[in-house]
Amino acid sequence: MNRGMLKFAAVALALSWMGLAIAAPDVGQAQKQGINIHAIVMFFIFVMATLGITYWAAKRTKTASDYYSAGGGITGTQNGLAIAGDYMSAATLLGLTSLTYFQGFDGYIYCICFYVGWPFIMFIMAERLRNLGKFTFADITSYRLDQRQVRTIAAIGSLTVVVFYLIAQMVGAGQLIKLLFGLDYWLAVVIVGVLMVVYVTFGGMIATTWVQIIKACLLLGGGTAVMLLAFSQFGFNFETLATQAVANSKKGLALMGPGSLLADPITAVSLSLGLMFGTAGLPHILMRFFTVPNAKEARKSVFVATLCVGFFFTVVALMGLAAITIVGTNPQYFEGGELGGKLIGGGNMPAMHLAHAVGGNLLLGFLSAVAFATILAVVAGLALAGASAISHDIYANVIMKGKATEADEVRVSKRSSLFLGVLAVLLGIAFEKQNVAFLVGLAFGVAASCNFPVLILSMYWKGLTTRGAIWGSIAGLVSAVLIVVLSKAVWVVVLGNKEPIFPYEQPAIFSMPIAFFMAWLGSVTDKSARAAKEIEAFEDQYVRAQTGFGAAGAAAH
Amino acid sequence: MSTAVYERIRNNPKFDELVAKRSRFAWTLTAVVLGIYFIFIMVVAFNPKLLATPIWEGGTASIAWPIGAGMILLFWLMTGLYIRRANSEFDDINAEIIKGAIE
Repeated sequence: MNRGMLKFAAVALALSWMGLAIAAPDVGQAQKQGINIHAIVMFFIFVMATLGITYWAAKRTKTASDYYSAGGGITGTQNGLAIAGDYMSAATLLGLTSLTYFQGFDGYIYCICFYVGWPFIMFIMAERLRNLGKFTFADITSYRLDQRQVRTIAAIGSLTVVVFYLIAQMVGAGQLIKLLFGLDYWLAVVIVGVLMVVYVTFGGMIATTWVQIIKACLLLGGGTAVMLLAFSQFGFNFETLATQAVANSKKGLALMGPGSLLADPITAVSLSLGLMFGTAGLPHILMRFFTVPNAKEARKSVFVATLCVGFFFTVVALMGLAAITIVGTNPQYFEGGELGGKLIGGGNMPAMHLAHAVGGNLLLGFLSAVAFATILAVVAGLALAGASAISHDIYANVIMKGKATEADEVRVSKRSSLFLGVLAVLLGIAFEKQNVAFLVGLAFGVAASCNFPVLILSMYWKGLTTRGAIWGSIAGLVSAVLIVVLSKAVWVVVLGNKEPIFPYEQPAIFSMPIAFFMAWLGSVTDKSARAAKEIEAFEDQYVRAQTGFGAAGAAAH
Repeated sequence: MSTAVYERIRNNPKFDELVAKRSRFAWTLTAVVLGIYFIFIMVVAFNPKLLATPIWEGGTASIAWPIGAGMILLFWLMTGLYIRRANSEFDDINAEIIKGAIE
């Protein structure tokens, strides 16, 4: 393979990560590999353990509060690990290791961009989310606004994010498992779908949280082990590691500084905004804040999550740097044994090859099983968030106008998760041959533009009215979707047109201001009696947001 | 029922004090984080060579890596700083205000 091709491949890979590095394990059209017995055995152990937990959780899940928010009985540290688990996907491990492997410091810049949203969530959101929320984030946006209208639009926003994200995860899971486990694509998708439904319907939030905690520990432990084993080959000396990486990479000294990935500032800022505020608008992450008993624990969970995420990003960057020397100089990891050629399994494989190089088949199997577990845990969280939007927002509050019994509400939720599971499997199989990178861009774009602006305004701005919330949500939803559809990712790559209509793929820098503006415009021009009442009701909401008085408390177990 | 309590809380001068103190602290920390992040991104965009400077004269490892790790560590410590004050000082005032309002 000549250098021009390689460069093209690296740039294509880098671009495909711009929207999805932390979000979905896009491994492209993976080649099916031989059966990996270590990985399958370890994954089987994980599944057995999590099913045991689901059984235990099912017995403790009695009320709606248990089902949606684990009865508010999760501690800050546990929840912090679970939030980190929701955030660190298989793509964090594979995509960011590989980005550092090919691009050096650019990979770490991405890590920092993804990371900087966390302190913001801590300072501005965590406490108010906990004090105002109950089961879904629509509880907050509809707190003093029209229950039916605002909940409907919030549920649409949540479900859009959940479905886009689920498809991307399903397709990623199928490809990844074909690659790592040697199982058929459809079989992998069905396994993920079935387990996801079992966790969510039987174990609710308690099971989902524990699956997430176990996965976060495995991912942190596995990554750290590989990093330490690899780093030991350089005598734990960063200078040695860097010198050898520079000597063994085609990019040479360029590894040590920022490269071309951020050359386009509009895309860079838009990506950064989308990831930062998209994270703060993802329904399955927001739900996590309602699982702790009070604001104190909510703050503690962000503190723990921030530590885990920051630590993991650093581990991943070191893995990428070490892989340049350890994987990059070993012909057995290249197709046809040709150094510098195509990596076996594709560009996302440096982390896996590194695990094999430093720990043999056992460590490779372990890391593969962790990657599978990671996808499973993320889809379970998504399914629960989607099912809650259907049952708690649409069924209980919009259709039944708050008169549904708890038992009915939970029953609807369980059916919804079954429905979402079937839908995810079918769409996952239907999208097998598609490039799904744009779906993650869409999920984050909609979260940042449809969910986040109205959520933050409802907590901070007295003047927000129902009309403003509706206008803002719809404007954010429509503009984010339109921008992605008209950009290269869909217009050219999926629909096969020659030139994109809109030059930028990251919608946030455009769609967020549109959403904020429309929410403002809709509110200030709303002179109805209802609007006046809603503005007046902000006082009580404000006191509750600040003090937590009247907030949904922990159920006694 | 709770509206009356909310009004009593609202009328407590300590409530304003709590909100003012906590907001100032949270927004100051936010501004510091975003400020540092913004400077970093500006350097990346306009003077990338600066970050490629070797840590040791004649060495290879660049200052970019410890600066990146330092930012991650610093931001995490700042969230720690926030909860240290929020979970003790602010929550104590908070508990006092609520106690005063429901009695």
